[in-house]
Amino acid sequence: MSATLDMDGLIDDPETRVVVCCGSGGVGKTTTAAALALRAAERGRHTVVLTIDPARRLAQALGLRELGNQPRKVSVPGFEPKGELWAMMLDMRRTFDDMVRVHAGPERAEQLLGNRFYQTISTSFAGTQEYMAMEKLGQLAATGDWDLIVVDTPPSRSALDFLDAPSRLSSALDGRMIRLLTSPARAGGWGLRKVVSAGFSMFAKAVSTILGGQLLADASAFMQAFDTTFGGFRERATKTAELLRSKGTSFLVIASPEPDALREASYFVERLSEESMPLSGLVANRTHPVLADLSAIDALSAAEALERGGKNAPLAVAVLRLHADRVALAAREERLLARFTRAHPSVPVVGVPALPGDVHDIAGLRDIGDRLAGAGS
Amino acid sequence: MTTLAGWTDELTRTRLHFVTGKGGTGKTTLAASLGLALASGGRRVLLIEVEGRQGFAQVFDTEPLPYAEQRIASAPGGGEVRALHIDVEAALLEYFEMFYNLGFAGRTLRRMGAIEFATTLAPGLRDVLLTGKIKECVGRTESGGRHAYDAVVVDAPPTGRVVKFLDVTRALTDLAKTGPIRGQADGVVRLLHSGETAIHIVTLLEEMPVRETLEAVAELDGADLRPGAVLVNRVRPPRLPARSVVPAADGRVDASRVRAGLATAGLELPDATLDALVEETVEHAVRVAAEQRAREQLAEADLPTLELPELTGGVDVAALYEIAEALVDQGVR
Repeated sequence: MSATLDMDGLIDDPETRVVVCCGSGGVGKTTTAAALALRAAERGRHTVVLTIDPARRLAQALGLRELGNQPRKVSVPGFEPKGELWAMMLDMRRTFDDMVRVHAGPERAEQLLGNRFYQTISTSFAGTQEYMAMEKLGQLAATGDWDLIVVDTPPSRSALDFLDAPSRLSSALDGRMIRLLTSPARAGGWGLRKVVSAGFSMFAKAVSTILGGQLLADASAFMQAFDTTFGGFRERATKTAELLRSKGTSFLVIASPEPDALREASYFVERLSEESMPLSGLVANRTHPVLADLSAIDALSAAEALERGGKNAPLAVAVLRLHADRVALAAREERLLARFTRAHPSVPVVGVPALPGDVHDIAGLRDIGDRLAGAGS
Repeated sequence: MTTLAGWTDELTRTRLHFVTGKGGTGKTTLAASLGLALASGGRRVLLIEVEGRQGFAQVFDTEPLPYAEQRIASAPGGGEVRALHIDVEAALLEYFEMFYNLGFAGRTLRRMGAIEFATTLAPGLRDVLLTGKIKECVGRTESGGRHAYDAVVVDAPPTGRVVKFLDVTRALTDLAKTGPIRGQADGVVRLLHSGETAIHIVTLLEEMPVRETLEAVAELDGADLRPGAVLVNRVRPPRLPARSVVPAADGRVDASRVRAGLATAGLELPDATLDALVEETVEHAVRVAAEQRAREQLAEADLPTLELPELTGGVDVAALYEIAEALVDQGVR
C-alpha cells in the first residue's frame, strides 16, 4: 500500500505556491480545489482559487454570484479565516480579450477583436479554455498578491488535454503554417523537398477551396498582427510550461474510484513524471468506506431470516440490505484503487469519503477539507 | 417511483442514434450497450466514435480500432455489432484524395500538422467531415437495396458540445459558400433533422448531470434537433420503505427498532456497530431523497426515460450484455 498523502503538510509549506488540481471530467476537481483553498486560508495562507466551471451552489457558497474574471475576496458570515480566501471563475473569452487589449495598442486591439478568425479561436477552439486557464494562472502568479494559488482545470474529457492544449494551440497558430498556405513559395525553413512542396500547393488550393479565401485572409491578417504584438503563442505557451515546472508548483490528481477516472489518472501520473512535473499525490474522491463492522454475508443472511420468518421488521431488513450494498461497493472501490497503487506504488494517496449530499456552503467545503486532510478515511 | 415511459415506436423507427451525456455518466458504455440491444435478433449495427479516445476498444476490451469498420461483438440471436473510429485527419485526407491528387505529400502534410491546422482554422470543418462520414454509413446500401446497417449508434461529444457538433448548418458558415464539401453537407443536415435521427442523453440521478440534461434538451429543441430518450445510468435500488426516507434523511432513524429487528434475526451487535449502521442508513436516505428530487426534475424534460442498474461488479464485456438486456426489457428494439 502506498503512503498517505500529507495534505496539510503540502498546503502549510510556504514553499508551495501553486497547487494544480487535475483529473478527468466529473470527478469533483472544482469542489476539491475550493475545499483545499478554504482549508489553506483557514490555516493562515493568503489563498486564491481559480475555478473553471463551478456548480451554481458551490459558486454561491463562495459568494460568487456573478461571473467575475477577477478574484474577489470571499466574505461570508461565519467564515473568519486566519489567512484570506479569494475566488474567481474563469471567463475564457474575456481573458483572451483582455490579453489582446493589454498587449496591442487600442487601435490594433479593436482590429484584432473584430477579426472573424479571432472570434472563432477565442470561442470555439478546443484548447482555448486550457490556454486561457494557464494565461490567468500566469497573471495571478505575476501579481504576487497571494502566497498560494489553487487552480482547477477545465472539464476536458481527458486529463492530458490540460497539458497538451496550449502547445497544440500554439503550434497550430504560430504563423508558419498560415504563411505556407497563403504564400508557400516564400515560406521555407521546413526543408521540404520539391515533391512535397508541389503537394503542398495542391493542398493549399484544396484548403482554400473548402474554407474560402476570406477565412484564410482573415487568419493571415490575425496571425501577422498577433505575431508582432505577442511574440507568438508558442512563446507564451513555453512560459506557462516553465511556471508549471517551477519549484513551488505541485500537482494533485483527482479521480473517483471508477475504472475510467483511474485510467486517466494513471496516464496523467505517467505523463507528469515524464515531463518532470512535481506530483504530490492522488485524491481518490468520493469513496464509500464501510462504517459498520458487520460482514455482508451476516447482514444478508439476517435480512433473509427476517423475511423468511415473516417477521415484520422492514426497517431492520432495509438497514441490513443497504449495509450489504455498501460493503460490496467499498470492496469494488478498494479493488480499483489497489490496482492503481500497484502500478504506481510511489504515489501517495488520500481517500475522500463521499458526502451524502451536494456541497452548498462553507461548512460543506470545510467538511471536505477535513476529509482531504485524512480525517475521514 | 415515477412510472417510466420506455422506448417508443418513434424511437424504434430511428436509424441513427447519438448518445451524449455529461462526462463521467457512462455514455460510451451505454452507447455500446445500446448497439448490442439494437443488434439483438439478427440485426446489424455500427458503433461510431468521433473523439479519438478509443472508448469502444476499452469497453469491449479489444485492440485500438483502426479507421475501418470492424466486427467488435455478436449480439444475442445472431446480431452483429461493428465499430468504426473516425479519424478526422484521415477522413480529410481521404476527401482531398477524391478531388486532388496529393500523392505522397499527404502523409508529410499530416506530419507537419497541416491537416490539424486546416481543422483549427475552421472548427466547423471537423464536424462537417465527421457527420458526413456518419451519413455515408447510415445511407449505404448493399446490392439488394438493403441498408448495410439497420442502425448506427454514435458515441457523441458530451452534452456541453453536442449541439454545436450536430448543428452542421452553423458549422457550414466556417466554410466556403461553394465547393465539394458544401454540396454533401446539405444531405447531412436533412438526415440529422429528420425522424431517422434521435439524440439520447445519459444522466445520473445527481444535480449536475440532471441540470446538464435539461439544458441539452432545451438546446436541442432550439436547434430543431430531436432529443430521443433519457438514459438514467447507475440506478441503485432504494432499500428503505418509502415512508422512512424523509425522516431518515433528516437523521431520524429509530435505532431501538433497528436493534429489536436485528435481535429477532439473532444479531446482537455492539452499540458502536449499531450507531454506524444508523449512520450508513442516514447517508443512504439522504442520497435516495436527492435522487427522488433529481427524478422529479428529469420529468420536466417529458421524454421517454429508461433506467439502467448500477453494476457493483464494475463494467466489463459481460456487463455490456447485461445492460443491453435491461434496455431490451424496456422496449429497445
